[in-house]
Amino acid sequence: MFKKIITFTSKSKPKTFESASLHTLKHSPQSSPSKPNSSTQKPLNIIIPPNPLNSFNRSFSSGYHSNSINYKGSSLIRNGFWNLGRRFSSEAARECIEYDVVIVGGGPAGLSAAIRLKQLCRDNDVDLSVCVVEKGAEVGAHILSGNVFEPRALNELIPNWKEEEAPISVGVSSDKFMLLTKKHAIPMPNPFDNKGNYVISLSQFVRWLGQKAEELGVEVYPGFAAKEVLFDENENVIGIATNDMGIGKDGSKKDNYQPGVELKGRVNLFAEGCRGSLSEKIIRKYDLRKKGQGQHQTYALGIKEVWEIDADKHKPGAVVHTLGWPLDHKTYGGSFLYHMQDRQVSIGLVCALNYHNPYFNPYEEFQNLKRHPAIRPLLENGTVLQYGARTLNEGGFQSIPYPVFPGGAIVGCSAGFLNVPKIKGTHTAMKSGMLAAESAFGVLHKGSNMKTYWESLKNSWIWEELHRARNYRPAFEYGLLPGMAISALEHYLLKGRAPYTLKHGKPDHEATHEASQCSPIEYPKPDGIVSFDVPTSLYRSNTNHDHDQPAHLRLRDPKVPEHVNLPKYAGPESRYCPARVYEYVSDDNGQMKLQINAQNCLHCKACDIKDPKQNIEWTVPEGGGGPKYSVM
Amino acid sequence: MKIMVAIKRVVDYAVKIRIKSDKTGVETANVKMSMNPFCEIALEVALRMKESGVASEVIAVSMGPSQCVDTLRTGLAMGADRAIHVDAPSTLYPLTVAKLLKALVQVEKPGLLILGKQAIDDDCNQTGQMVAGLLNWPQGTFASKVVVDKEKKAATVDREVDGGLETLCLDLPAVITTDLRLNQPRYATLPNIMKAKSKPIKKMSLAELNVDLRSDLEVVQVTAPPVRKAGVILSSVDELVDKLKNEAHVI
Repeated sequence: MFKKIITFTSKSKPKTFESASLHTLKHSPQSSPSKPNSSTQKPLNIIIPPNPLNSFNRSFSSGYHSNSINYKGSSLIRNGFWNLGRRFSSEAARECIEYDVVIVGGGPAGLSAAIRLKQLCRDNDVDLSVCVVEKGAEVGAHILSGNVFEPRALNELIPNWKEEEAPISVGVSSDKFMLLTKKHAIPMPNPFDNKGNYVISLSQFVRWLGQKAEELGVEVYPGFAAKEVLFDENENVIGIATNDMGIGKDGSKKDNYQPGVELKGRVNLFAEGCRGSLSEKIIRKYDLRKKGQGQHQTYALGIKEVWEIDADKHKPGAVVHTLGWPLDHKTYGGSFLYHMQDRQVSIGLVCALNYHNPYFNPYEEFQNLKRHPAIRPLLENGTVLQYGARTLNEGGFQSIPYPVFPGGAIVGCSAGFLNVPKIKGTHTAMKSGMLAAESAFGVLHKGSNMKTYWESLKNSWIWEELHRARNYRPAFEYGLLPGMAISALEHYLLKGRAPYTLKHGKPDHEATHEASQCSPIEYPKPDGIVSFDVPTSLYRSNTNHDHDQPAHLRLRDPKVPEHVNLPKYAGPESRYCPARVYEYVSDDNGQMKLQINAQNCLHCKACDIKDPKQNIEWTVPEGGGGPKYSVM
Repeated sequence: MKIMVAIKRVVDYAVKIRIKSDKTGVETANVKMSMNPFCEIALEVALRMKESGVASEVIAVSMGPSQCVDTLRTGLAMGADRAIHVDAPSTLYPLTVAKLLKALVQVEKPGLLILGKQAIDDDCNQTGQMVAGLLNWPQGTFASKVVVDKEKKAATVDREVDGGLETLCLDLPAVITTDLRLNQPRYATLPNIMKAKSKPIKKMSLAELNVDLRSDLEVVQVTAPPVRKAGVILSSVDELVDKLKNEAHVI
């Protein structure tokens, strides 16, 4: 019987906060602190085994097998134990599975961390149970990026990636930089150095990375969205809980209702990508921005399509970046055009989200880009394979939060390691995952602290790279031409050695001017050849959500859209959302009301970032929904 | 009583499909694949029968290349007891599948064979009917309600037909193919997915089942439907008649 109780714990040494939760078992219920959202607890009249964790923890050899057996254990004792875990969550009767490391997000950072952990286990002849949860229907489904890949981190992680058949084959063959005006394309000196880099589809690469992780024994679970962070009574993070599945639009439980599952990790890594929903909560809770580099994070929205074009126009490995048109001199951003293999071309527009004009529509700007005489001929006879959008962080060095919290750490773009002038964030995200894995391994096997992650970040090439790149983006606060001038100064002369560090402007959501001070922008109608309307594009993202579920986009105050967003800012969410989730429609009385088409959502997080009053909160929908990118 | 459920791995229903540039078929490389939705419904009805005590075991079977194992794992995670994977090339036509199912049925001897009414990639709607013919078993296709009477060894099946609903009573063993309104398939929960890793998947080859793969069908070409032309607004009935006669050649 005892064996069955303890199988759910991992076989490594218990850490202090785990023993703490066991201690509370021995205290009377009245003396334990009560949490405002705790479920009504019956008095604990279960049999308390004398500290089973300490005595039996060495009995089991492998990590996850013992976890799977424990479900046959006595449910009576199981429920008693779970009362402890459940005290601090508002859901009743959730199953709980324990791991050594729980990683939220199966992207480059999360999977690199998982792989590194398993490699360290192999090198040190030990084992750790590692679990990765991913909200997309499969690994890679929510991954979107340019992408010109710098293999620096991959060379450290999997040096024989070529033999392992990584989908990285198209080396950069040409690198052009242009300043676009409405009718012309002016070649400019190229600030990028892409020698040794590859043009890839990040979605494909992450799928391959997921396979490598599974081969090493990492448990990867796509289709499960982490909805809630679990805390113990000392405000340490002890794990996450997945979404309840099968809840109807009205909140009632459908026939196929399944409660979420609690995944408890001794170390919990959050790798949710830019503006991760749980990561943001953790950053706010532990005040990590102030403890880090200090500045707020700034973002941009990237909208991308993958086209299949004529073979004679296709040059594998060709890389083109542009500045200028269609964006004006006050809006930072630019476009990219990368030739992949199989006649496929990635084209996209990145717009910084601190734009001023509430009438600005990033999607329509992207359509304008494709109409440019230098770009249109390339796409004319082609077909669009996929469409998608995702925000990315541009805050760089100044915005890195302190990524360690009690119970785990934040890796990848959820913290924000993208190198803006290089426009690359994959290699730094992967490296941050690897460093966090090394720290986590130290925590679990040598009793060290996760703080070593912060130290190793500061001593790594991530820090050096981001420090050198820190003054490019903030320079554009002064406008396009001053920004380019300062960037040229940085690139050719200063190379990051300036004694000053420029600060960012206002946070993105505060940068929007009122609609009365700006003029509406006229966008031409789509021509169906190179430019399309939103529903056509959305269909190509393969996005879908079960419609009978509560909308995952929550309004903190339901009156704000009609009282503030619409009158003051002309409803900017109906323009910046690349999926037409937000629409103002007139109701029966002729009043304009906000309609949220949550089913269309591409999980880009632009609304969470740009809403002027920060009233829109992006939360995870049921796992498995959202876009299904495969070549993005 | 054992229930055998046949499962097919198809392109996910939400994915926009493309034709391969050489026109030999639909592009399946780098495309999300999932269990056919009708097969999920079939598996769900089998699992409910097991839960109500009518059946003792649910066996999921699938034929195709090695990736079919992923779909079978999903089936095991939903609650099937064991799975059989028949290693075969990816293009299998309904008659071949029916012959393979007949061979499997003769090995496993289930009381019920449940399939989805059709696969969403080829929309054939033939396999269930063919295998019932080969086995000489009664069939209840397009089932929207299934009630099994264990004592009388019979199944009452409500079928969705063009004219409405038809109720049939079938003696077991029988073949049932499921339609959309039969049930809502359950989610595979995380603990079940973990448990499914240890459930057995038996691999069988075509040679073991003694089935000849040779097909009488060959797909010559797959093309996309022609792009829809814009509608034309006409000004008079005469113009309509003229266009119907001279342009559309329908009158």
